[in-house]
Amino acid sequence: MKNLIKALAFGLATIVSMSALASSGGNLDHANNDLTDKESLKNGFKTYINYCLGCHQLQYQRYNRTFKDLGIEEADGIANYMYTGEKSGDLITNTMPTKEAAKWFGTAPPDLTLEARLRSPDWIYTYLRSFYMDSERPFGVNNKVFKDVGMPHVLQDLQGVSSIDKHGNISPAMGGTLSAVEYDVVVRDLTNFLEYVGEPSKLERKSMGVNVILFLFIFFIVAYLLKKEYWKDIH
Amino acid sequence: MLANFMAWMDKRLPLTDAWNKHLAQYPAPKNFNFWYFFGSLAMLVLVNQILTGVWLTMSYEPSGAGAFASVEYIMRDVDYGWLLRYMHSTGASAFFVVVYLHMMRGLMYGSYQKPRELLWIFGMLIFLVLMAEAFMGYLLPWGNMSYWGAQVIISLFGAIPVIGDDLTLWIRGDYVISGATLNRFFALHVIAMPLVLVILVFLHILALHEVGSNNPDGVDIKKPKGSIQPEELSKFTFHKQYSEKYDIVDAIPFHPYYSVKDIMGVAGFLIIFCWVMFFAPEGGGYFMEAPNFEPANGLKTPEHIAPVWYFGPFYTILRVIPDKLLGAIGMFSAIIVLFLVPWFDRGVVKSVRFRSKLHLINLIQFSISFIALGILGTLPATPTANLIGTIASFGYFGFFVALWFYSKNEKCKPVPERVSH
Repeated sequence: MKNLIKALAFGLATIVSMSALASSGGNLDHANNDLTDKESLKNGFKTYINYCLGCHQLQYQRYNRTFKDLGIEEADGIANYMYTGEKSGDLITNTMPTKEAAKWFGTAPPDLTLEARLRSPDWIYTYLRSFYMDSERPFGVNNKVFKDVGMPHVLQDLQGVSSIDKHGNISPAMGGTLSAVEYDVVVRDLTNFLEYVGEPSKLERKSMGVNVILFLFIFFIVAYLLKKEYWKDIH
Repeated sequence: MLANFMAWMDKRLPLTDAWNKHLAQYPAPKNFNFWYFFGSLAMLVLVNQILTGVWLTMSYEPSGAGAFASVEYIMRDVDYGWLLRYMHSTGASAFFVVVYLHMMRGLMYGSYQKPRELLWIFGMLIFLVLMAEAFMGYLLPWGNMSYWGAQVIISLFGAIPVIGDDLTLWIRGDYVISGATLNRFFALHVIAMPLVLVILVFLHILALHEVGSNNPDGVDIKKPKGSIQPEELSKFTFHKQYSEKYDIVDAIPFHPYYSVKDIMGVAGFLIIFCWVMFFAPEGGGYFMEAPNFEPANGLKTPEHIAPVWYFGPFYTILRVIPDKLLGAIGMFSAIIVLFLVPWFDRGVVKSVRFRSKLHLINLIQFSISFIALGILGTLPATPTANLIGTIASFGYFGFFVALWFYSKNEKCKPVPERVSH
């Protein structure tokens, strides 16, 4: 029996290390998101409304849920985050016609509600910092993480323009209104917001999880003692 | 009051008798070990799936246009909808973990051998229905991996000569996977399959209680009537259905002894289950695959289509065989051979504890092969992966072939008369 377990453990370890070698990790920069940082989330939300929402909907998420989770007063939210006369219970959508959009960009801009779960927050963070000049492309920019992406560099005013050398290194951006450090903060806040929108209940899930597991540990001890009490006349 | 009520009931329905026969006076061997938790845990997970499933159904919309959005509606707008969904999705993976371990227990201790062949077959039918249930359930979120996973698996039926194309059309209800497929999978997933599952579980337990539980020693606790000295008999009262026919030794009533032990098992299991559910519900991308966070799109194939991890072993066997029809045959054979274990094993000694070294080695290589096949099923098919997959497939089928050969005249250790502790 012990041999069986030992052999199994050894076999498993071999297989796991094999598969670890087989799978390759991408080299993305770390966003280091903090979902408890409400200011960062609010900034990200603001950036999203101002720069992204025109093309990318958050069609599964509601304004008032976002206000509640981010600690924004409803009146404040309606005044400062909603520009097109929706009701606060509405989903965060835009009015871009999908078919037309597909003609303009080659493909319709995807909904981004679940982008952070689809591609990971680190991917978004790296993607938004990887645009470079490319005169071959319709909007004059290309992206190192998402080759030949259909979208223009919407944050170019903030970041400025970068170029790429033949080794694939992107030069520091020039001519933006923000410094490199400030731009990274904007992108990080936006990434943070997108991680929140991907799963609004994430923080609640984790805090509930701690309580449930604490309860289960106590329950386990009680169940163990009960079992021992019943079984003492068997062994 | 209660006694009167029970007397009234018992005259009309054998309630007390059933309680005694199956719980309070059911003789269970006293030496069950860790491996014996997984039967009751499988029942727990089944109940979890049914209950959370009922509540998910209340808010889910089974249509090609609305399914994906309704799942996100559950995740955001339904009170504790996210919890229900994660309980259900984590429960699906947990079900297979528990069932695979339960099956491994059966293989280790020879729980499929005479007279438990039918019990094993009911178990295998449960496994088969469970796979169908999980496969159909995975289409329902209508994510892109749901779509393409279903596409790949259903197209396997197209490999069948002559009727293949018509058969896939019949299964899908359309020329491609579409809302029609989703709706019928929903009907099967929430009504037909669960109904069959519950009936099979009932039969599994009925068959178990008819022949009695095996144990880690594989030594029978029911001895011929009159063969045991009265003072050696188990000190407990067992239901007359068991005690009239046999002398029962080394047994304890299932309730309360194993009910309290199983509650402890449930607590331990829930700690692991809840840890995954609350802190890693995506299971590292294995329980919920990343491409499933975008809606089904017939024009956009995910980079790497992988079935959910629990189908991995069978998917790898399919993939390493270059011909599509032969691959499908190989995959289904991998399940059929499991049904036939009671007849591949021609030995009389049940437990690995008293069987030959060869049998132990065979079991170990089978477990490793199975796990390797499972891991490979989630990885892209590279030449190296295919080579390892081929070796592991031989290991998988080799287990049964080898078992058939060596079990006839196997050199086993002497089996004790009574269970060891």
